[in-house]
Amino acid sequence: MTDELLVDARSVRKEFGGLVACNDIDFTVERGSIVSLIGPNGAGKTTFFNMLTGSYTPTAGEIVFDGRDIVGLPQHKITALGIGRTFQNIRLFGAMTALENVLVGMHARLDSGLFRSLFRTPLQRREERQGRAQARELLAYCGLSPRAERQYARHLAYGDQRRVEIARALATDPKLLLLDEPTAGMNPRETNAFVDFVRKAREDRGLTVLLIEHDMRVVVQVSERVTVLDYGEKIAEGTPDEVTADERVRSAYLGTKPVA
Amino acid sequence: MRRPRLPALPAATRTPLARLLVAACFCALLIYPWIYSKYLTTTLTQWLPDTSTAFVILAFTVMGLGLNFVVGYAGLLDLGYVAFFAAGAYIAGFLASEQFANAGSVVFGGTVLPGTPGIHLSPWLVILIAAIFTALLGIVIGIPTLRLRGDYLAIVTLGFGEIIPQFVRNGDNLGGFNLTNGSFGMNGIDGLGFGNRVHHAIHALPANFLNELDSRWYYWTALALVVVTIVSSILLRDSRLGRAWIAIREDEDAAAAMGVPLMRTKTLSYAIGAFFGGAAGALITLQAGATSPDAFSLQVSIFVLSMVILGGIGNVWGVALGGILLAYVNYKGLFAAGNTFNSTFGTNVDIPEYSYLIYGVAIVLFMLVRPEGLIPSARRRAELHEEEEEENLVPESSTA
Repeated sequence: MTDELLVDARSVRKEFGGLVACNDIDFTVERGSIVSLIGPNGAGKTTFFNMLTGSYTPTAGEIVFDGRDIVGLPQHKITALGIGRTFQNIRLFGAMTALENVLVGMHARLDSGLFRSLFRTPLQRREERQGRAQARELLAYCGLSPRAERQYARHLAYGDQRRVEIARALATDPKLLLLDEPTAGMNPRETNAFVDFVRKAREDRGLTVLLIEHDMRVVVQVSERVTVLDYGEKIAEGTPDEVTADERVRSAYLGTKPVA
Repeated sequence: MRRPRLPALPAATRTPLARLLVAACFCALLIYPWIYSKYLTTTLTQWLPDTSTAFVILAFTVMGLGLNFVVGYAGLLDLGYVAFFAAGAYIAGFLASEQFANAGSVVFGGTVLPGTPGIHLSPWLVILIAAIFTALLGIVIGIPTLRLRGDYLAIVTLGFGEIIPQFVRNGDNLGGFNLTNGSFGMNGIDGLGFGNRVHHAIHALPANFLNELDSRWYYWTALALVVVTIVSSILLRDSRLGRAWIAIREDEDAAAAMGVPLMRTKTLSYAIGAFFGGAAGALITLQAGATSPDAFSLQVSIFVLSMVILGGIGNVWGVALGGILLAYVNYKGLFAAGNTFNSTFGTNVDIPEYSYLIYGVAIVLFMLVRPEGLIPSARRRAELHEEEEEENLVPESSTA
């Protein structure tokens, strides 16, 4: 059973003072699937993401990733176990080049430390060379032109910044890729291209993808399962069709008729 | 206007011209003791630091470069760097003086005669041990403090910068044990030299050959330390570790999410900064032959931090230049300027008295006019002149 589940979160709860951001959420992700987490603003989606990546520690509950309880592990260890992410508002390292951004993503996969770097050992040089080549490949894979590789991330166009961010997340060599509103600010054509890209990346790299998404067309197109959060509660779960037909989801998104 | 292709690394060391410039500067610094003695009789003399002063200038430059690891690369504002200077100084005092005369006589490559009471290790070893110990101290201080961010970190480091001098001031009675001599500090600290080793190795040489070294050797040792610090800075900057530091400086949360272990990486930058601070502190103490708690005030921390800011946060060459310039002004330039001023106008103004006023005004002006420093790193330029860059981008994006 656990073999098929990459993520198995049980009654995960997060409180900020008196505010319950995530109220005992049960949530599972099957290996190799593409799953969406949707809900109105403030529903607790990003909070849930942050608990998966370890930047928040749940108030209660457990999160099993790949057969291992990850609650309380520091972020970098969770990344090393295989969770890579992008951010809702792009958070690249602005004063680093696109290539360097991706190399930072590889941090956990490379292991030259202080002394190897100081003495430029052959091992360090080779690792550095291979890392750079790999980073270039990843950037090309995500559709960044080679010309942009050496530009500072903050000088890149918005679309390119998105590409670099995904390349950087892929550089951590994740089993699970978390995408936080990846299509925000994209036009319909870019959005379609993105949907194709996510599918392709899953096939090529054996990924499992969990995304937070507002654009329902994307959700319906790309995801196999959808979980809906509202006010920190899970209100629905199922295939995109089931979820969009659900009465509670509709009222959460569109509001309920006022009761006379 | 076409957007310039920005290189991946600060361009300073990449063009042949820049390399030539660096090589020329190094050669000039290398032969400086001779230059100084050649111009000894001219009017330039009062503007040129003597070899001992030049030594102090370079030693402080090492501290500036060390602090650059912490402030420039990892972006951790450290206002207590003087703590590492103090640690290095006292370790040197412990290991190369008669401070622990009760321990009997341990002369291991020291410059003193055999049988002298106290611990007298080879001064070269003393510098290394002081640096390593100070790095360990950096780790010990870093582990609790580096969890803090931004202003909070600055405040706590400020605290440690006060704690260490207070500790040495009160360290003359630690449960009855006199560790530091309290506010008297330590005197009679050995100088640089090889003891009688050179004579022992090659008997043809005179008995006191390089036994104790003159001020030029201190100068060259400091210069060597500057070179080591610069080379380490460059090697580490262009490595996995250096990238992790800059990533932390840019966005700590994103760096953690990309698998950078925050605590370990930050502590390492702190330890490396401390390493060079300790080495410089030890070297300065070996030259001065004495040390006291009064030497370790907040002003030293600010002084070293100013070198980093003035030179160009994160750029090795900028910080080296800023360090030399600022230390020169502090240890020579202001005196010379004061003398010139007084002899020209027949006044009697003590210009060095106003040094901190002058530095304060200079820092404010610099922050207003050129916040990226004398030689900014390309990264910082990208950060601070974003608006201008973006204006330049408009035509290009419209044609793209």
